[in-house]
Amino acid sequence: MLTELCSVPVTGMGQHVGAYGVQDTLRSGFSSVKNELLPSHALELSEKNFQLNQDKMNFSTLRNIQGLHAPLKLQMEYRAARQIQRLPFLQSSHLALDTLKGNDESISFEDILNDPAQSEMVGEPHIMVEYKLGLM
Amino acid sequence: LATHSLFLTMFLVFRNAVLETEVTKVGCRMPAARKTGTTIVGVVFKDGLVLGADTRATEGMIVADKNCSKIHYISPNIYCCGAGTAADTEMTTQIISSNLELHSLSTGRLPRVATANRMLKQMLFRYQGHIGAALVLGGMDCNGPHLYSIYPHGSTDKLPYVTMGSGSLAAMAVFEDRYKQDMEEEDAKRLVRDAIAAGIFNDLGSGSNIDLCVITKGRVDYLRPHDMANKKGVRTGSYKYKRGTTGVLTKTVTKLDLEVVEETIQTMDTS
Repeated sequence: MLTELCSVPVTGMGQHVGAYGVQDTLRSGFSSVKNELLPSHALELSEKNFQLNQDKMNFSTLRNIQGLHAPLKLQMEYRAARQIQRLPFLQSSHLALDTLKGNDESISFEDILNDPAQSEMVGEPHIMVEYKLGLM
Repeated sequence: LATHSLFLTMFLVFRNAVLETEVTKVGCRMPAARKTGTTIVGVVFKDGLVLGADTRATEGMIVADKNCSKIHYISPNIYCCGAGTAADTEMTTQIISSNLELHSLSTGRLPRVATANRMLKQMLFRYQGHIGAALVLGGMDCNGPHLYSIYPHGSTDKLPYVTMGSGSLAAMAVFEDRYKQDMEEEDAKRLVRDAIAAGIFNDLGSGSNIDLCVITKGRVDYLRPHDMANKKGVRTGSYKYKRGTTGVLTKTVTKLDLEVVEETIQTMDTS
């Protein structure tokens, strides 16, 4: 069909390991060696790293125009905003991080599809908090 | 949370890829995407611009929608015609319309056509042509009327008259013959109507009615339908058989004796 497969095997596409250390077929689909080595869609790699690459490009442009302090300050602010979260099993709105990145003024597929309010993945609250606090 | 949603999207891509290979092994076909196989045009005249589109949506060789709307709203002064995969044009124009609204609220100004053009081309280039949306974007802003054609891979052209879709060659033939700079509104509407009609009657992928959208400073006329070029015919006679046409030769009545075997009552839960 329309998919052109990349012919060079790439790392970083290993399947998400579920509970019991085995491939979770219900959540992550069928496992196949090909899926772990080759991207199954021509855009998979580019989309996975899209935000990262955009940020890299923007920071490097900023560094060239305004000097090293500009991206440094911004990344420090991002790091601080990323730490503002609710407990692990509750959804955080990431409002501060979104405002800094400018995502509060744009709508994209991540906002329309895959609504986190309808996500089927639920963690055990007590265990998740214990894990986060290092008590596990 | 952005990475979480990306994970799930990628798993769906794996599933689709596996399904595609499995389905062809069994001998079935994946469902075909509904395309609009269209004629869409735009032309700039003296005080504004006219966008035109046909209204047929096809699914392979079948007409899926006899009267679909291909002129999409982007902002009060900008409209966009879409050809290609119907879902792609619909979602793309809606996303850009939302983003443009947020942007215009942030700047406090009426949005410009160049902004919509830039947003569309950046999004389509990001997806490398996998979003099958060929668009004719037109609108009126502080710098006058602007008309752009946007291709699925993200290239754009800014021109005084454009055509897109499977019927674009038929429509472009009409434009190349009769386009003049600084036309009057009625001439422009007639020209667009004729161009779309050429696409409708000479291309199988286009059909049904002609929709027009006239955008001038402070006024938008969304004429749907502007011209019903393919009205369904009216039956001139009644072809129903009259009662008593078939003669009855013999009549036998058999009574069926039904006996009650079991009777149960199930009460409704009305509490």
